Amino acid sequence: MGIVSEGFGGRRRSRADLPPGQYLTQDFPVLSAGPTPHIRTEHWEFVVTSESGERYRWDWAGLMGLPAEEITKDIHCVTRWSKLETSWKGVSLDTLLADVETAADFAMAHSYGGYTTNLPMEDLLDGQAWIAYEYDGEPVDPEHGGPARLLVPHLYFWKSAKWVRGLVLSDSEDLGFWETAGYHEYGDPWKEQRYAGD
Amino acid sequence: MKSEASDATHLDGNAAAGALSALFAVDITSAIARCSGCGQTGVFADTRLYVDAPGLVARCAGCDGVLMRVVTTPTDTYVDLRGLTYLKVPNE
Repeated sequence: MGIVSEGFGGRRRSRADLPPGQYLTQDFPVLSAGPTPHIRTEHWEFVVTSESGERYRWDWAGLMGLPAEEITKDIHCVTRWSKLETSWKGVSLDTLLADVETAADFAMAHSYGGYTTNLPMEDLLDGQAWIAYEYDGEPVDPEHGGPARLLVPHLYFWKSAKWVRGLVLSDSEDLGFWETAGYHEYGDPWKEQRYAGD
Repeated sequence: MKSEASDATHLDGNAAAGALSALFAVDITSAIARCSGCGQTGVFADTRLYVDAPGLVARCAGCDGVLMRVVTTPTDTYVDLRGLTYLKVPNE
């Protein structure tokens, strides 16, 4: 070991961890395309509607009764900031979708306030997506999507719909709020799929 | 379902002047806009503008419905005016 201390950089991760075109931020920017809904948990619900029209509904107590997971993931916003090792608690969509009878290939996430975003079903399963209700050990702030937001950290963060209230499953792919306005239908940050056609 | 919306994050529609001047030959912020959702009609500058987002989003001050979205990519600009029944612009 050299005589010059390496300082407090021991856990610091390198720029090589970032997808192309991203910069590292330590804070947590708030992006919003509309007013922040304040949903009281006693009025909150999450509804999955299958391609046959069958509805599967959870209220807040039902969500809290499901097995929760601690999740630590890097997140990448299409506006070019990335935040490493963010800590969340939530319920895996594997758990929520386990008893949903579906062969759908696509899902549209719907949020309180009207936001939508489209995702392939295969990106919501196999430990890749959660309904997150805690961030850094505290309830998710409304400005960050509380009481519960979708968390799909391997895609650009616009796919992690704030204030999520349900999924509509479908055999065909529709486009969501930003995807109909020029953003990429899939949004893989490592392939820099920011805009339609990327 | 009960919910409330808080809203300290929006600007007024005047803040869109720069972005829109690159797209339209007239000053859209002084145009009269009609919301296709609730019918509220007024000067575009009175809309609520959200800029801390992947695009620019103008919402109706009456119903919060989306009036206009503008997304600028490195090669193109997308303008979605579905939320507007019309924009009324004086001829002179």
